Amino acid sequence: MDLDLIKDILSWILFAAGGIAVVAGAVGLVRFPDFYTRLHGAGVTDTAGAELILFAMMLQAPNWLVVMKLVFISFFLFLTSPVATHAVAHAAWVGGVRPMLGKDLKRAGDE
Amino acid sequence: MIRTAILAAALSGLWLLLSGYFDKALLLGFGAASIAVSIYLARRANVIDDEGVPNGLMPGIFGYWLWLAREIGKANIAVIRHALAIDLKLSPQMLKITSPTKTNAGLATFCNSVTLTPGTVTVDLEPEYFVVHALTEELADEDAIMDMGARVARLESPSAVQEAEHQGAAAIANPGTGTKTGGGAP
Repeated sequence: MDLDLIKDILSWILFAAGGIAVVAGAVGLVRFPDFYTRLHGAGVTDTAGAELILFAMMLQAPNWLVVMKLVFISFFLFLTSPVATHAVAHAAWVGGVRPMLGKDLKRAGDE
Repeated sequence: MIRTAILAAALSGLWLLLSGYFDKALLLGFGAASIAVSIYLARRANVIDDEGVPNGLMPGIFGYWLWLAREIGKANIAVIRHALAIDLKLSPQMLKITSPTKTNAGLATFCNSVTLTPGTVTVDLEPEYFVVHALTEELADEDAIMDMGARVARLESPSAVQEAEHQGAAAIANPGTGTKTGGGAP
C-alpha cells in the first residue's frame, strides 16, 4: 500500500460521509415541521457536510498552499455559518414566528 | 498595542499563505503595504477592541475548538438520526440560558458555539439571558449547554474580564456612547 492509495481511500470515505450529511440535512430541511426545526436540518449541512467535504479535498490537494487555502475556507465557514444561522433565526423570532413546542408540536395559542 | 501586533501577524500570515509568494520582493512589498493600510483603517475605524481581536480568549480557544468539533460531531449524528427516522419524533423546546461569560467576545463565542452545534440554535439575546431553540428534549440538555458556557468562561483572561467590567461601568456613566453588544437587540 503506498501513501497515495491510503490518501485516496481516506478521502473517499470522507467525501461519502460528507455527502451523506449534506443529503440528510436536506431531508431534514424538507421533513421537519416548522421554521425553527428546519434550521436544525440546515445546521447539519453547514457543519458536518461542509467540513467533511473540505477535509476530503485537503487529502486530494496537490501541495501545501492549496491545503492551507482549504484550511482557511473551513475556518472562516466555522466562524461565519453560525452568525448567518443566528441572523435568520433572530429575524424570524423578532418577526413574530412562534415555534412549535413539545411532543404534540403545538404553537402557543393554538387549540 | 498588543492587539495591533496580533492583527498584523495574523494578516501577514493570511497574505503569505493565500498568495504563496515568499521570494518576490516587489510583491512582498505590495503585501506589506496592503497590510499597513488595513491596520491604519482598522485603527481609524476603532475596531481593534476585544471583539475585533479577541486576544482575551487566546490561547485556550484552540483547545476549545477541538473539543467543540467533537461535540458538533456527536450532535450531528443525533440530528441526522432524527432527520432520517421513519417516524418523526421531535419535541422542540425553548430554553433560557444565563451565560457565565463576562466579555463580549466570550458571549459571542458561547452563543455561536450553541448555534453551530446542530440541534440547538440561539434565537434571541437579551441583556440577562439568551434564548435557545432545541430540536428535541434530549438535545435541550441545559447542563451540557452550561458546561459549554463554563468552558468558554474559563478561557477569558482576567485582564479581558477587567476591561469588560471597565467598559460596562463607562457605558453606565455615559449612556449613548455605550459599548457594542454582540448580536444586538432590534
